Amino acid sequence: MKVLVPVKRVIDYNIKPRVKADGSGVETAGVKMSMNPFDEIAVEEAVRLKEKGVVSEIIAVSIGEAKAQDTLRTAMAMGADRSILVETDVVTEPLSVAKVLKALVEKEKPDLIILGKQAIDDDMNATGQMLAGLLGRPQATFASKVEVADGAVTVMREIDGGSQTVKLALPAIITADLRLNEPRYASLPNIMKARKKPMEKITPADLGVDMTPRLSVVSVAEPPERKAGIKLDSAAELVSRLRNEAKVI
Amino acid sequence: MTVLVYLDHEGGAIRQASRSAIAAASKLGDVDVLVTGPDAAAAAKSAAAIPGVKKVVQVTDTTGNSELAEPVASLLADLAAGYTHILAASSATAKNILPRTAALLDVQPIPDIVAINDADTFVRPIYAGSALATVKSADAKKIITVRASSFEPVASEGGNATIEEVALPAGPGGSTFIATELSKSERPELESARVVVSGGNGMLNEENFKLLEPLADRLGAAIGASRAAVDKGFVSNEYQVGQTGKIVAPELYIAMGISGQIQHLAGMKDSKVIVAVNKDPEAPIFQVADYGIVGDLFTILPQLEAELDKAG
Ligand SMILES: Cc1cc2nc3c(=O)[nH]c(=O)nc-3n(C[C@H](O)[C@H](O)[C@H](O)COP(=O)(O)OP(=O)(O)OC[C@H]3O[C@@H](n4cnc5c(N)ncnc54)[C@H](O)[C@@H]3O)c2cc1C
Ligand SMILES: Nc1ncnc2c1ncn2[C@@H]1O[C@H](COP(=O)(O)O)[C@@H](O)[C@H]1O
Repeated sequence: MKVLVPVKRVIDYNIKPRVKADGSGVETAGVKMSMNPFDEIAVEEAVRLKEKGVVSEIIAVSIGEAKAQDTLRTAMAMGADRSILVETDVVTEPLSVAKVLKALVEKEKPDLIILGKQAIDDDMNATGQMLAGLLGRPQATFASKVEVADGAVTVMREIDGGSQTVKLALPAIITADLRLNEPRYASLPNIMKARKKPMEKITPADLGVDMTPRLSVVSVAEPPERKAGIKLDSAAELVSRLRNEAKVI
Repeated sequence: MTVLVYLDHEGGAIRQASRSAIAAASKLGDVDVLVTGPDAAAAAKSAAAIPGVKKVVQVTDTTGNSELAEPVASLLADLAAGYTHILAASSATAKNILPRTAALLDVQPIPDIVAINDADTFVRPIYAGSALATVKSADAKKIITVRASSFEPVASEGGNATIEEVALPAGPGGSTFIATELSKSERPELESARVVVSGGNGMLNEENFKLLEPLADRLGAAIGASRAAVDKGFVSNEYQVGQTGKIVAPELYIAMGISGQIQHLAGMKDSKVIVAVNKDPEAPIFQVADYGIVGDLFTILPQLEAELDKAG
């Protein structure tokens, strides 16, 4: 069984993003970039399925600038067998990414596509659902547990009031939530090995996909800043302030 | 312009967040709403009473299919012909369904809006709320989820909408609903509570986390948690507040033993009043807290309860 894992290169989650002075976007030049944390979880899940003998091949895909190669190398160091870079300088959005992925799915015919639930840069939480819609295939978003058996996958998913279980016929699309697993660190020998794993480079045009964004950014601004308040010495003072000053209790 | 709003409800009771989505939709045009599920008839009755709603589309389904994204996304795509915008409050349910609908209509969705500039232009947080992007959509139809805390909910009584029954389409198949497990709670719903008491890693364990309950009882508060508290199993995932959890903006948010990492702040920094109790004076939570106490929460918690009992 084949698995496709889309991975996105984003500003490292430990870095506080800074809005550019001209309000055109967020500064990425000279900023540490990493694999989107949810995508690490998606790769890890695929690798675990391979270790269990359920999966035979893992293909990592990234759509973006040439530097997304680094992200693909990380995915291969974690255990992906090969990778595909779909190179473009256009800012990607879920609709265009889903179209690229659809074309690749039609070519590679994976049984399972595991994505992250959300990219932590655009916070869209949409690509997996959109890919499933375009393919007309079943979806299980926000997965916290995945079990593959007999041509189907049973997924426990996180919902607002608790959890829900669904069963999907393969091929299917899954998006990974934080609780699904704890991703491994790539070991040095595996990082070395990953350098020799195959990486195919293509463009959206090769797949016949138009990347023109439907959403244009008018401006990007800092959110209103919250000011630090005051430190109090006792619970008594806190309760008194909440009652008489803030009037919230 | 007519706008369709997908409503979340629980056993027929319309969620407050969905009334915020109706408030947002009213800025764009006339409002029709959609309710689905086994209790759709009860939900439709509540929805019809919401002021400003013109028509309720009711989809009664007892097969479990209305719990699945696939048929509901197809239903919304079928209904879309009559509407310029499709909206929903940003719940886990809506996030599961609406992007799929958008794909069926060849539209790029606009998630989590916090403001509406005009029919095509919206403001939404990116990078866990570190920036606010104003985006303009080139799509003929807009598919939008609404951050409920940014729109004052409309009233629940006073309207008189018509109700129309529609059938749920089969969808593409291949997906089967097995079960839902909801955690029961007598407390107010986290996302609409007036007061939220949240605990973090500083609570140390599941046993201690329960110590927040007497405080929450006194304040009529919902209980929330940081990711660390969820990860360590002090509470289950639906309590998580933050970038990838629930977004809350109560009158009063009390953070006990939470450091205040950006991913947590993303979910609560729009609260009206923030209180933090943390033994580390340098904890970043103090940079957003209106009132802070530096100290051991296990000492301060019982003192707070005693003070609340005193004059209260
Ligand atoms: C992709 C991604 C998404 C994430 N999404 C979220 C999210 O949605 N929500 C979220 O919360 N986090 C999220 N996180 C995790 C986030 O980065 C932090 O790790 C988390 O918020 C830390 O939780 P905490 O503050 O409880 O724990 P810690 O950072 O460990 O802080 C515990 C605090 O308790 C204090 N303390 C300890 N003992 C006491 C005591 N006895 N009395 C008083 N104070 C005490 C300490 O001084 C410390 O400040 C996400 C991370 C990633 C990578
Ligand atoms: N440019 C991209 N390249 C590869 N995968 C992507 C890209 N954009 C989004 N994805 C995948 O889609 C998921 C959800 O992203 P989003 O819908 O943008 O929040 C991510 O976690 C990735 O798995």
